[in-house]
Amino acid sequence: MTTQQTSFWTRYANPAAFQRLSARIAPLAGGGAVALFAVGLYFALIGSPAARDHGEAVRILYAHVPAAWMSLACYTYMAAASLVGFVWKHPLADVAAKSIAPIGATFTALTLITGSLWGKPGWGAWWVWDARVTSVLILFFMYLGYMALWNAIEEPTRAARIAAIACLVGFINIPIIKFSVDWWNTLHQPASFTKQGAVDGAIALPTWLLFSAYVLAFFWMLLVNMNAELAERRAARLEAGARPTSTLVAEPAE
Amino acid sequence: MSALVSVFSRDVELAFRAGGGAAQGAVFFGLVTVMFVFGTGPEPGALARVAAPILWTGALLASLLSLDRVFQADFEDGSLDILVQRTETLEFLVLAKAFAHWVGAVLPLLVITPVLAAMLNVEAMWPLLASLLVGSPALSLIGAIGAALTFPLRRANVLVTILIGPLFAPVVIFGTGAAADGALGAGFGAPPLMLLAAVSLFSLIVAPLAGAAAIRFNLQ
Amino acid sequence: MPSGPPRITMTARGVAGARGGRPVFEGVNLSLAPGEAVVLRGANGAGKTTLLRILAGLAGPSAGAIEFDGPDMNGDPPTAATASVYLGHLDGAKGPMSVDRNLAFWAQLYGRRGAPFDDVKERLFLSDLGRRPAATLSAGQRRRLGLARALVSGRPVWLLDEPTASMDSPSAARVAEIIQAHCASGGSALIATHEPMALAGERAFRMAAIGDAP
Repeated sequence: MTTQQTSFWTRYANPAAFQRLSARIAPLAGGGAVALFAVGLYFALIGSPAARDHGEAVRILYAHVPAAWMSLACYTYMAAASLVGFVWKHPLADVAAKSIAPIGATFTALTLITGSLWGKPGWGAWWVWDARVTSVLILFFMYLGYMALWNAIEEPTRAARIAAIACLVGFINIPIIKFSVDWWNTLHQPASFTKQGAVDGAIALPTWLLFSAYVLAFFWMLLVNMNAELAERRAARLEAGARPTSTLVAEPAE
Repeated sequence: MSALVSVFSRDVELAFRAGGGAAQGAVFFGLVTVMFVFGTGPEPGALARVAAPILWTGALLASLLSLDRVFQADFEDGSLDILVQRTETLEFLVLAKAFAHWVGAVLPLLVITPVLAAMLNVEAMWPLLASLLVGSPALSLIGAIGAALTFPLRRANVLVTILIGPLFAPVVIFGTGAAADGALGAGFGAPPLMLLAAVSLFSLIVAPLAGAAAIRFNLQ
Repeated sequence: MPSGPPRITMTARGVAGARGGRPVFEGVNLSLAPGEAVVLRGANGAGKTTLLRILAGLAGPSAGAIEFDGPDMNGDPPTAATASVYLGHLDGAKGPMSVDRNLAFWAQLYGRRGAPFDDVKERLFLSDLGRRPAATLSAGQRRRLGLARALVSGRPVWLLDEPTASMDSPSAARVAEIIQAHCASGGSALIATHEPMALAGERAFRMAAIGDAP
């Protein structure tokens, strides 16, 4: 860094500076997430009325709907980080993409589980091949594939590039998959299943509170994951020695 | 151009040689169909209704069987280095390899499809064949991306399946949809078949770009 | 003037390379002029193969540049893809295909229709093996088939990684002759090897630990 003007990005895109900054932010995000979660749960479970048509089971949706938002948002962030890592070859972006995946997969699993819990009282079955749920299930598989690819490749730089290609190909396919699944669903089932009419003004507050809690939890987990990954990488680098060891010299004629 | 033709014809020749995989894939396709029938029972009316989904799934599984080897076989014997070193536009190499896979591994499946379809009491043969013909190139193209991502890895076979399985969803949906639509008398301009063609064309753009990038980084 | 291969000079300037994401070498300067044979030595892991792959365009250098200078080939300036041929540790022959079919494929791949394979096979002691599937060849025979690709390719710049590995001494001597003849006709070769190479007028370089220069 020889330039005088160190902008925010050049300063914090440096892994060491990032680690110092994240050490300060992570506890705040974690604490905020816990606090918002507590408030959100209070409003979801106690401080809001049961919905007219769905009874107490509607409370599951407060956790379900924002988790579904997060599952797609995480994939979007992962794709953005992958793009940055792929184009500008920045290791921090690689680490971010890798660290987002398990968080996104967790939110996606949470979406599927809460959806299933809602499905039993709401629809009368643990699993209904509703268009949205089916799309989320495919998204879940995409997360698993992405993580499997990272785990299969030893060398971090190559793993980052290869996984980024997989992530971006998946990302541009998401609208097509979503469209095809919607089309498939209208073909085979009445569309009325997908109407979640219960989401109205009365229940918006707990939904937003839990969404905010999820967002903070996302940042907290992201920073923790990234720091762990960076520490691991630094250890590997120190072990290997990051300097080239040889060069080409002319041999004296025999 | 002649280099790409030589790669294509070599791959097709290898696929159709004894033990090359073309015949094995077709046998596998037949066996999968038989297993499905064991699962559903032999009642003709029921079979006709699930015939197109069975044949689409069978063709998909049979093409997955050989997809992981598209680049891995060349990687293992050193010829991938040769092809890449010789080729200035890797994107075209990916296209040539994917097309060779389609001819060597998918076309044999399409050839025996009428036989299997007749055994399943399918009456609307042409819509089914049209859907497979239009949609199956997407299987080879999307599969080539998975193959390019994983060829240096030992467990490439399973990984390819996990990676590209979700991307196959639109192909299966529109493919079976087009077959069903055609059975009801829809023409060749009907939406599902057009959507299926769109997915294949989209793969034709994405696969060479993603595949070539993956090969570059995997050989680095 | 004999109709040799196009006269191409390959120059590497300040090239650095990495293997498996770890830096291996840096500051490699090397020029390979028409007619030159350069032998590349160095301990295991010093980066000989990595350097050859970078020169062949299979991997990108982490720093520096590689240039190919010479007459246009098919209307374009020469590049690694059009001017060089790379022989790695693996021979790249397809096991189920015969020796002849492999040679024919390579000729077509490099855009050389109807090249005289009989001559190539004779020079590499492969004349009797034309119809044998490559998978049934011995290691040394397969290595000779691998080198036949360099001859068939018609490329002026040969980048050879251990070309004589697992060869008996008559074969190895023949390989040296072939390289010498290639260079005499205006081609050039960079040969990474641990074995002695009887090449008249060769230059030799070593991938050596930084700071150990003689």
